[in-house]
Amino acid sequence: MNLYPFVIELLQFLVLLGIAPVFAGWVKMLKCWSQGRTSPGLFQPYRDIMKLFSKDVVLAENASWIFRFTPYLVFGSALLAGGIIPILSTDLPLAATADVIVLVGLFAIARFFTALAGMDIGTAFGGMGSSREMTIASLAEPAMLMAIFTMSLANKSTSLSQMVQVIYSGQTVLRPSIAFALLAFILIVLAETGRIPVDNPATHLELTMIHEAMILEYSGRHLALIEWAGMMKLCLFMLLGAAAFAPWGIAASGDLYAIPAAFFFMILKLGAAGVVLVLIETGLAKMRLFRLTEFLGSAFLLATLGMLSYFILE
Amino acid sequence: MMATPSDLASSSVIIFLLNALLAALLNQRQRLMTDICFSLASVGSLLGFIAGVLTVAGGTTEKIVLLLGLPDLPFHLRLDPLSGFFLTVIGLLSFFVSVYSTGYVRGFLGKRSVTGLIVFYCFFIAGMFLVVMADDALIFLISWEVMAAASYFLVLFEHGQIENRRAAFLYIVVAHVGAIGILLSFGILAGLATGFRDFSGYTFDAMRATQFPVGWATAAFLLAFFGFAAKAGIVPLHVWLPEAHPVAPSNVSALMSGVMLKTAIYGIIRVTFDLIKVFPWWWGALVLVMGLITALLGILFALMQKDLKRLLAYSSVENVGIILIGVGLSMVFTAFKFPLLAALAVTASLYHTLNHALFKGLLFMGAGAVHHATHEKNMDMLGGLIHSMPWTAALFLAGCVSISALPPFNGFVSEWLTFQAFLLSPSLPSPLLKLLVPMGAASLALTGALAAACFVKAFGVTFLGHWRGPRNPRIHEVNWPMRLGMIMAAVSCLCLGILPTMVIDWMDTLSAQLTGARIGASAGAYGWMWLTPVAPERASYSGMIVFLGILAVVVSAYLLLHVRPGKIHRVPLWDCGFEKVTPGMQYNATSFSMPIRRIFGFFFSIREHVRVGSHAGHAAFPKRLLYTLRIRDRFWLWLYKPVALSSFWIARKLGRLQQGRIQAYLIYSFITIIVLLVFL
Repeated sequence: MNLYPFVIELLQFLVLLGIAPVFAGWVKMLKCWSQGRTSPGLFQPYRDIMKLFSKDVVLAENASWIFRFTPYLVFGSALLAGGIIPILSTDLPLAATADVIVLVGLFAIARFFTALAGMDIGTAFGGMGSSREMTIASLAEPAMLMAIFTMSLANKSTSLSQMVQVIYSGQTVLRPSIAFALLAFILIVLAETGRIPVDNPATHLELTMIHEAMILEYSGRHLALIEWAGMMKLCLFMLLGAAAFAPWGIAASGDLYAIPAAFFFMILKLGAAGVVLVLIETGLAKMRLFRLTEFLGSAFLLATLGMLSYFILE
Repeated sequence: MMATPSDLASSSVIIFLLNALLAALLNQRQRLMTDICFSLASVGSLLGFIAGVLTVAGGTTEKIVLLLGLPDLPFHLRLDPLSGFFLTVIGLLSFFVSVYSTGYVRGFLGKRSVTGLIVFYCFFIAGMFLVVMADDALIFLISWEVMAAASYFLVLFEHGQIENRRAAFLYIVVAHVGAIGILLSFGILAGLATGFRDFSGYTFDAMRATQFPVGWATAAFLLAFFGFAAKAGIVPLHVWLPEAHPVAPSNVSALMSGVMLKTAIYGIIRVTFDLIKVFPWWWGALVLVMGLITALLGILFALMQKDLKRLLAYSSVENVGIILIGVGLSMVFTAFKFPLLAALAVTASLYHTLNHALFKGLLFMGAGAVHHATHEKNMDMLGGLIHSMPWTAALFLAGCVSISALPPFNGFVSEWLTFQAFLLSPSLPSPLLKLLVPMGAASLALTGALAAACFVKAFGVTFLGHWRGPRNPRIHEVNWPMRLGMIMAAVSCLCLGILPTMVIDWMDTLSAQLTGARIGASAGAYGWMWLTPVAPERASYSGMIVFLGILAVVVSAYLLLHVRPGKIHRVPLWDCGFEKVTPGMQYNATSFSMPIRRIFGFFFSIREHVRVGSHAGHAAFPKRLLYTLRIRDRFWLWLYKPVALSSFWIARKLGRLQQGRIQAYLIYSFITIIVLLVFL
């Protein structure tokens, strides 16, 4: 039995677990610099997670098993998604488990349970967060699916690894639909990972928070898991975009020496993605909740236009 | 000797009919009647289920001719893979619901007689079995009416309240308007089958053997589609559904939503794929568009509800829409001669038919359990039930996860297959379809995402948080038969989610019968764990590994974190340091859907008022605010109200003919005879 793919798979899990906090730190660092503040350093998220893991859990009296189960599920689904997206190599045993639609489903199940956990305690903020999160998701998720569908139509597969390989083999022609899909994808990444202008990850200002409102009551290791999963999610969306739109550098298959190069390219791409993210976040202000409809609606429209133009021009 | 599937199916129908008789005989012993009759009903359902499974697995076709009915017009029954599949769906859910009913109906004992409930319950299931087995127009329509009438009486079971009677009346009216469409459609087909010479065209065999001219076939299809649409609750014929399903007892609602709507899907498939066979592509496009509209509007209406059972009923409208999307796609592919893609689409839609039967049955059973325990249907009065009803909560959650199309449960598989069918559409030659298909995929994606929001609301408001009602009643978990029915349904949901290849392999004969192509071999080509509907490099999914993967990470993370004993402190709510948090401050069903109401509000007619009730000196210091919200279906105002008003108007005008004097009536008959003599 060929053990190589399983080694790569394991490596990819470790890389994701390790790199996600560093990426979050990188974004925070760039943001500090762009706002003229001193940054806490690249590794501050590690210290935060370690601190939270060593603390006791403070749990509301009313919390049910859903509240305690959710952090593990959110963490699990994020990690599993990391085994599906080709980060270092396309030669992954888990890649056949799930295609991009399942990937969206994995993020959806994490969101579903986070929203339930927000309602579990029975506070006003929790319910508010859940309601807003599900509203935003109900517009962002279809846009995300449509953007991905456009890419998978162009590459004749919904499997990410396969899509990368098709792009490598040079069968993909540059189409206008891809530009629409990319634009929509960027808007959706901002919405799905809760960045400005959709949500502000740094605020706990009561009336503007969305994602934070759902996890207000978490503490200790539960909070650590959720935070870590959130960082992984941010990183995964960047890597998903990289795999779908700019896969160059990802090792095709069987080549052990391509892995360090793939790692290097991944760092490079993440670094650039961080810069773009910070530029967007510094350039824009957070939108009012009901302005988001226009933002997400245009993402949905762009993605649908992408698919339409594919169908019509083909 | 082994009994053949048709033996099993007919003995199952006979059991149900005898069971109804037995219930009538045991009228004096209500408790005994409940136990015996529902046990027998579960046996009967199980027999029907086995018959269906065997038929589909074997791909066999059996016919029975019963020398009943009118002279020279015997009843024809037939069990082919299509009827076998629907027999399986009906039998499976009826089995779960019958087990559940053993416990559920106990709640009525001592309050009202349940004889009627049991008698009509048996007729209802027997009627559904016969509808899918019927092989001529006569028995089809007779069993269709038995099914409709029995369910009418079931809706009317708690007839004390006026809204129940109104709902039942609306239901029977729409059902009969639909039945007229079906009757006329079969009339056209039967007439054409023999060239309008004699009655022998009433059998489905005669219709199958005929090549219909396109014009007549279209008329027949449109009539049949209208008729079945009324039964399936397709927008705009859906208005009866959210009225009738919630007021029926929950075990009946489970059957009505879970399987009765599916008989209409069966009818559409039977008439188009089996009886007419050759059809233009725009029929499929019509079905597809109706499905898309139904799915999107259904889930939006569901999101607006605060009555748990109404929410579920509207979500059935949505799911019927999703099933129709698959049927429509498959018709389009068939018309353009892409049998493989047609097989994929029809498999997706029938898979969703099976899935929806199970999870909607489960959810209605759960809603019944909630109502049984709390006597409350309004979600804005519920909350925190997960603590007092842990079993029901967990099982209802399984249903919510399934219906929201989240992996690894079953709803995801069928939605995934439907998306795959959409993604294979660029090969279609029509430019109109090239526009339609991307829009279709977009609105299906939107529907799926809204469904997740809807069921976060349904579960979150009902089971999580604190009790919202004025008094805190003593709520207890429901009895074991009810739990058992729900457990079986939940387990089947999970199994259908993680073992899709086996189900698709089993359904292979069905897609072969309908489209002439099989996808079972390619779907399971990688082994039973991997679902690869077309080719492994196109798309693949393994529900099993997703399930085990999530489970493995959850368990290992849990264990790793509990190596070092960490303390858990139970403390009062924090809520950003707010003091005096009361249950009234929680988000409820109305507030949860507020953002979505604001975004999609133009679909409904919404009236919202905030009024200051009493104030301390000045309106700027209100003590009490009164908020009223009224959401109505625009279709009711645009479509139904004018029809209802004008039919009342016509009835009033015609009513003048009724003089109450015998002389007047004699003159009427005299004039009629003269007119007939002159013109004929």
